[in-house]
Amino acid sequence: MAAPVLELRGITKRFPGVLANDDVSFELQPGEVHALLGENGAGKSTLMNILYGLYKPDAGEIRLQGRPVAFSSARDAIQAGIGMVHQHFMLIPVMTVAENIVLGAEPKNGLMLDEGTAEKRVRELSQRFGLVVDPTALVSEITVGQEQRVEILKALYRGADVLILDEPTAVLTPQEAGELFEIIRSLRAAGKSIIFISHKLNEVLEIADRITVLRRGRKIETVPREGATEVSLARAMVGREVLLRVEKEPAKPGDVLLSVEDLHVRDDRDIEKVSGMSFEVRAGEIVGVAGVDGNGQTELIEAITGLRPIASGAVRVAGQDVTGSSARRMLDVGVGHIPEDRQRRGLVLEFSIAENIALHDYAEPPDAKWGWLFPSRLVERARGLIEEFDVRGGGPLTRAGGLSGGNQQKVVAAREIARDPKVLIAAQPTRGLDVGAIEYLHRRIVAERDKGRAILLVSLELDEILSLSDRILVVYEGRIVGEHEGEVSEHQIGLEMLGGKERSAA
Amino acid sequence: MTEPDATAPPETPEEAAASGTLIASITLKQRAGGVIVPVMTALLAFLLGGVVVAATGHNPLLAYRDIFNGAGLNWIFHPTTDLTSTSAYNLSQTLLQTTTLILCGLAVAFAFRCGMFNIGGQGQYFIGLYVANWVGYDLASWNAVPHILLAVAAATVAGAAWAGIAGFLKAAVGAHEVISTIMLNWIAIWLGSWLFGDGGPLQNADNKAVPISNDVAASAQLPVFWGEKQLQGLDVGLFVALAALVVFWVILNRTTLGYEVRAVGFNPDAAAYGGISVKKNLIRAMAISGAFAGLAGALDMLGYLYHFGVSDIPASSVGFLGIAVALLGRNTAVGVGLGALLFGALLFGTTHGLTSGVIQPELAGNLTYMIQGLVVLFVGADVLILYVWNTRKRLRRTAPAEEVAA
Repeated sequence: MAAPVLELRGITKRFPGVLANDDVSFELQPGEVHALLGENGAGKSTLMNILYGLYKPDAGEIRLQGRPVAFSSARDAIQAGIGMVHQHFMLIPVMTVAENIVLGAEPKNGLMLDEGTAEKRVRELSQRFGLVVDPTALVSEITVGQEQRVEILKALYRGADVLILDEPTAVLTPQEAGELFEIIRSLRAAGKSIIFISHKLNEVLEIADRITVLRRGRKIETVPREGATEVSLARAMVGREVLLRVEKEPAKPGDVLLSVEDLHVRDDRDIEKVSGMSFEVRAGEIVGVAGVDGNGQTELIEAITGLRPIASGAVRVAGQDVTGSSARRMLDVGVGHIPEDRQRRGLVLEFSIAENIALHDYAEPPDAKWGWLFPSRLVERARGLIEEFDVRGGGPLTRAGGLSGGNQQKVVAAREIARDPKVLIAAQPTRGLDVGAIEYLHRRIVAERDKGRAILLVSLELDEILSLSDRILVVYEGRIVGEHEGEVSEHQIGLEMLGGKERSAA
Repeated sequence: MTEPDATAPPETPEEAAASGTLIASITLKQRAGGVIVPVMTALLAFLLGGVVVAATGHNPLLAYRDIFNGAGLNWIFHPTTDLTSTSAYNLSQTLLQTTTLILCGLAVAFAFRCGMFNIGGQGQYFIGLYVANWVGYDLASWNAVPHILLAVAAATVAGAAWAGIAGFLKAAVGAHEVISTIMLNWIAIWLGSWLFGDGGPLQNADNKAVPISNDVAASAQLPVFWGEKQLQGLDVGLFVALAALVVFWVILNRTTLGYEVRAVGFNPDAAAYGGISVKKNLIRAMAISGAFAGLAGALDMLGYLYHFGVSDIPASSVGFLGIAVALLGRNTAVGVGLGALLFGALLFGTTHGLTSGVIQPELAGNLTYMIQGLVVLFVGADVLILYVWNTRKRLRRTAPAEEVAA
């Protein structure tokens, strides 16, 4: 094996009360894609922030090209040829792509930015690595996938030989992710070394040459891709056997509990986002809604849950017409809702777990009587649900905002399921969660189906839709463009998600 | 996924602080700094006020000692109920101010807990004052108890209605409460000028030459329990204000109404999702805020003012002081109580008892406003204070902005 470009030896980093990195060693070969795999909170980002000069390690050393280095800021790391693309992009929307890329290292024409040279250099770079992006476009006008390319180009422009990509696919559609992988391959071919941070097993197996697994701040193993499987990696990541495929019996659909008829819904800007959807969900079945983000899913859910007015059409719950009802009434007729954004909608982060669990029923006995609230009863109820749903990281009085994402989601799920809803709408129920929490929530959703609830699952993760749903609806531009029961290929659904079916029919 | 990240918040505030992000620091402040930060804010304001005093060639420590004594706070060293003692008299006057400031502070704090900034405490206070004067004068033949109760209730309801207008406008058309409450303040001010002014409907019936109101009838005057009525003794309004602190806490923490208010204040989207009507709560929270301010006006009118003149209107600023009280008190019951005492002491202490001649009374009075201004500034900027404060503990990170947000 060649000499590593980069070596981390025995890195230890302690935060008050937490050992974020415990004697972690890691090495990167030239021209290698090395994945750093671990659950949320496993210490991946801490390790990379140390490498990038944002944190100082308590112990251990960093060696670059065999020489020990100590970065005290990101600037040092950049100068040493390390580039990092964060999960949240840090671009200036009102500036052009080229301006963003050269920012801080501008080619100058006297005191002025030399726009021509900047664009030329950016164009050269983007051709060399196959990163297609228009240097003259404003950042505010390009897609998320393109923004990511701009971030990568920014790092390359500064001469990065080592690129750190922090959960790069989290914000991308499956198609964009595919394109990103192409870019990564071409960067590797050009001799760049890449650290790919992820908690998604399939991605890591697709793109990485070697995989290092972290768990609770410790390095568990470094393995070549050959021979690694999703099952073996998941076991290393979580520390126990993980059921990756959801086990479920065939559905036994009963009565129609939710029916939506020719529904039209407009968004805040008065643009029609749901254009005549009709479907039914029966007791004991999971209906999955697949689609690229922004094709009306959000508005559909908000309309069904009473959070957004309905332009026309009808919604029925267990045969009862509830079209245009308030959110309160929808809760009362038995619609449970795990919202797509648990932090914006699903939880009051400043509230305790107990208060959050009472969010729908705070005004009814036993929580309250005649307007008088009984906090001790809230706490009591929360204690039971925390136990039942295995919420970790705090008790009933812990602030919801202080929980990890997975545990926050468990609080939301506990609240919704404990209300014994007839219809459960689960929107992106596992977004941003790690393998263990995903496994738990998936099992729970199937269990609720088997109890006879009608479940509408909306997700941008095609895998999730395919593995959980008994029936799949594909939405595109506010319409249902495909419906599938039984075996269906990912490819077929992917095509429909992009409007392929409609186009071929037209 | 970044560990110190919005989607996976750190488990402890300490960890959050260690991660060094600004948001995390604020989280830490809100959880651990409930007491520390307001105290630091007040100390810093006093410190800077002292610098100004020193710059004028006076000794700031002596000046503050005089204010302390002037506010009657030295009473605790030799407590007595004898009001001929200067300290006891001063303290009674400080508590009179504290009464008003508690209620004006609650008027700001309650709206704040529902996510709104009620700048209109002053106007709501005036409305309470006017209505209490009117009811207190008009029903002179009544017995004391029903008369007082009616006057207080009418003033409280009037304050609630006045603030409710701003709440309604926000709920109905989204008019920002800061703008509408400021405008309502001006309407209340000019309403007073008209009511008590030349030929106004509530102008003094006996002397049409002065732009001043009638005196509240004896039956509507609150009992004074410490000192002489004629010498502006301390009335029972203090106990009403203290009870209001308890009511404030109980409403917020022990009623479904308070639960809704807090949910809307923290996160209106989640509240709506929970089945709570956001609009209803905006109106209701503003009305309750206004009720506190209206009550303040009633207690002042019936407790010791008895009448009010057009020239008194611009001199009154208790409603605005209430903002500083609420901000310093972090919108909690205990905090508002303590903040009101601090500002009550400043307000009275700087205008009286500066006998040692260390500092001229004019300068002392301005010191109150300066400290008030500094408190508001610092509370608004406590994010900044914490940022500076934490820099020492933070790892050195000289990275440009683009990398800091990691």
